[in-house]
Amino acid sequence: MTSLHIAILSPIALAFFIPLLAKYARKIHTGWFVLLLPVLLFIYFFRMIGMTANGGTLRAGLEWIPSFGINFTAYVDGLGLLFALLITGIGSLVVLYSIYYLSKEREQLGPFYVYLLMFMGAMLGVVLVDNVIVLYLFWELTSISSFLLIGYWYKREKSRYGATKSMLITIFGGLSMLGGFILLYTITGSFSIREMISQVDLISAHSFYIPALVLILIGAFTKSAQFPFYIWLPDAMEAPTPVSAYLHSATMVKAGIYIVARFTPIFAFSGEWFWIVSLTGIVTLFWGSFNAVKQTDLKSILAFSTVSQLGMIMSMLGVGSAALHFHHFEYYMVSVIAAIFHLINHATFKGSLFMAVGIIDHETGTRDIRKLGGLMTIMPITFTITLIGAFSMAGLPPFNGFLSKEMFFTSMLRTTDFSLFNAGTWGFLFPVLAWIGSLFTFIYCMVLLFKTFTGKYQPEKLEKKAHEAPLGMLISPIILVSLVVIFFFFPNILSYSIIEPAAASIMPTLLGEDEKFKVHIYMWHGFSPELFMTIGVAALGILAYMTLAKWRKVYGLLPEKLTLNKLYDSSLSGLEKGSNKITRTYMTGFLRDYLVYVFVFFIIVIGGSLAITGGFSYDVKGNASIGVYELVLSAVMIAATFTTVFARSRLTAIIGLGVIGYTLALFFVIFRAPDLALTQLIIETISVALFLLCFYHLPKFRFKPKSAKFRVTNAVVSIGVGAIVTLLALSANSQRTLESISSYFIENSYKLAGGHNIVNVILVDFRGFDTLFEITVLVIAALGIYGMITLRMEKGGEEH
Amino acid sequence: MKKHQTNDVILQTVTKIASFIILLFSFHIFFAGHNNPGGGFIGGLMTASSFVLLLLAYDLKTVRNILPVNFIYVAASGLFISLCTGIGSFVFGAQFLSHAFDYFQLPLLGKTELATAVLFDIGVYLVVVGVTMTIIQTIGERE
Repeated sequence: MTSLHIAILSPIALAFFIPLLAKYARKIHTGWFVLLLPVLLFIYFFRMIGMTANGGTLRAGLEWIPSFGINFTAYVDGLGLLFALLITGIGSLVVLYSIYYLSKEREQLGPFYVYLLMFMGAMLGVVLVDNVIVLYLFWELTSISSFLLIGYWYKREKSRYGATKSMLITIFGGLSMLGGFILLYTITGSFSIREMISQVDLISAHSFYIPALVLILIGAFTKSAQFPFYIWLPDAMEAPTPVSAYLHSATMVKAGIYIVARFTPIFAFSGEWFWIVSLTGIVTLFWGSFNAVKQTDLKSILAFSTVSQLGMIMSMLGVGSAALHFHHFEYYMVSVIAAIFHLINHATFKGSLFMAVGIIDHETGTRDIRKLGGLMTIMPITFTITLIGAFSMAGLPPFNGFLSKEMFFTSMLRTTDFSLFNAGTWGFLFPVLAWIGSLFTFIYCMVLLFKTFTGKYQPEKLEKKAHEAPLGMLISPIILVSLVVIFFFFPNILSYSIIEPAAASIMPTLLGEDEKFKVHIYMWHGFSPELFMTIGVAALGILAYMTLAKWRKVYGLLPEKLTLNKLYDSSLSGLEKGSNKITRTYMTGFLRDYLVYVFVFFIIVIGGSLAITGGFSYDVKGNASIGVYELVLSAVMIAATFTTVFARSRLTAIIGLGVIGYTLALFFVIFRAPDLALTQLIIETISVALFLLCFYHLPKFRFKPKSAKFRVTNAVVSIGVGAIVTLLALSANSQRTLESISSYFIENSYKLAGGHNIVNVILVDFRGFDTLFEITVLVIAALGIYGMITLRMEKGGEEH
Repeated sequence: MKKHQTNDVILQTVTKIASFIILLFSFHIFFAGHNNPGGGFIGGLMTASSFVLLLLAYDLKTVRNILPVNFIYVAASGLFISLCTGIGSFVFGAQFLSHAFDYFQLPLLGKTELATAVLFDIGVYLVVVGVTMTIIQTIGERE
């Protein structure tokens, strides 16, 4: 176990001690104990930047289940390190923020920090392991801890609903992804991503290639809230705001992005990957931003904006995969670089926006923009933070969102140059959709900012008297927004240290020995089409925001019934009702129906396998000849059987059964089985007596001796069973392949056991073990009868 | 079973003789089991049937006076005996339920074969008697 393993597992290890701290160190907010760890981890990972910037990677193995090839192999490269820094960096800030956000007195801090640390460890595991099974393990741990965090206020109905929804959707995706991993394993024989990448040719030629690709993408899309799986994210906003800021904007939702980026070298050669990823991304971008405008809850706006921004990153990754197909890959590589850059930018501004919204919620008691307004002078610092975050998200200078949005436009414009995957004809869709999406992004950013902070202050609608937040709560968003500004003015501090190595790990095959991507982010492109697009977005956006009240009705066009949420809800309840219905149709509660199922199944399975294998055969050679006694006894037995089945009264049926039993005893006599005959005679007598006893005690009322009702199904099924058993017995008899072992008993009965009665010798000596348990059965039966009759419960037993 | 004065002198008299004959025959069938048709199972059922005859001729109470036995214990002890014969083979370092037999010169009986399998069969016999009687008595007692 190396220091890297310890680093990954340390949050989970610390989680074990949190309950103790929360219980015994009540005077200090538990968050302070937690805070130390992500800060240390951030420093630890920060020191690795030098290594990855020089093209180095770190790999540390730890055996877990070596016989299955499942090992906890930690692997740090540019991409993993970028995510690790995001997780620990934003994690530290979120923990700091939560210390001021969550009250020590009113909230249960223990569980909160346990879940949060669990999540942090899981997320580090997802981005820093090389083994897909271990990756999956951590992946599901993020789903579970996210479920626990969303349902943190578990007494609220909506929290539970949101938690269940996110759980169902992300676990569905996780399981699909596991399927994809297993398919990859069957192709390559290895769980290691490194080794899979080295066998790309083998994978892309295999028939499992497309299923594996689709399954892994479903996993990535559900986690990253892509269309149409985004519906869980807006409902996950019921979580405490630090959780929303951490999980549902900066880290967990980017796990899907991570997967897409990580598997790009394996899958990105195919047109399917290109189309699925980039189209899903661009549709999500458009749909998320379109829907964000109609929200009235601040966190819902942010949720939809997260969806939309993730779609943007996703589409850039998809488009970037084209770089693998062209000689001048730098031309398309800009998409990948833009994706990485925007990933970082989004984490900074979205984190700060969530924290600002949390502050507003905390200090005014509401998040509804219809109630808020005029807070600019009351909360100037929060206003500044929101302003910077919102303008950055809208893609305005001088904030980092501007840079990544310009790069986004650049990469989208370049799709029109594609000569690949028929993108030439449809490629124009990308810049158009991207532009419309950006327009809506601009509008909701303005809504977010101006509806909250300008206009009239309405103190009567607020639960609390609004005031500025305490300093501690402001530290984290201030740090994040300063990064927003710093990254705009000095974007290239990121490009050499983080973006280049991350791009190198997304597209490792494009680089030769000792080569590096040259990333240089320019603030000024000249008067390029991108700039005019941004100007267009801003101009039209301002116009649209001004006239928002007029065209807002457009959202009423789509009826509530046609939304994806409705689809989710109705399919969930439909599933429940449907399965209930199905179960009700065949679980009738009537024993006779279940018997019909059992027998029909028997006929189908045995008859079917006889038919399929051609197992039926008929061969009477070697059979003994049939004598008169057998014929007569058979006739008697058949007659008795018919009497039993068609008897009008039950007494006749009982007597008929007795006749069958005694005839069987006679068969034993003529087939020379005296022990069997004796036993059969006595047992038959006893059972007939017991039948008569039952018959005698039948309730008097409603009792009319009636012949059995004739039912066609029953007749068909019983004839079928009889026919199948007969066929089976005939075939078995005709196909004897081995000698019977009975000659051994005949020879050794007296020699070894000292008895002439072979049957008895077998029963008590050769196979006495069976007999021991048969007499046990008898004793149990006797005890059962004794218990049933004598030990009657007061309540249930109706006294006869 | 209703209590009423009955006059089945013939039945009761025949029973007095017949039940002993049946009992003897059941012993015979039991001991003959190793070499001739019979054995613990049939022997036990026969013994039980002689008791049943007693039950038919007299009433439950009388039979309980004649045979003051709790037949559940009979069944249990039968099971115990069978199990012990199995475990007993461990003493001689043999596998579970290994049987042995030999011939002995016994007073009165002369040369006789004694087999541990018979011990096992005694267990079977007692179980069958106990089980059958328990069932019949239990059902019979139920009002």
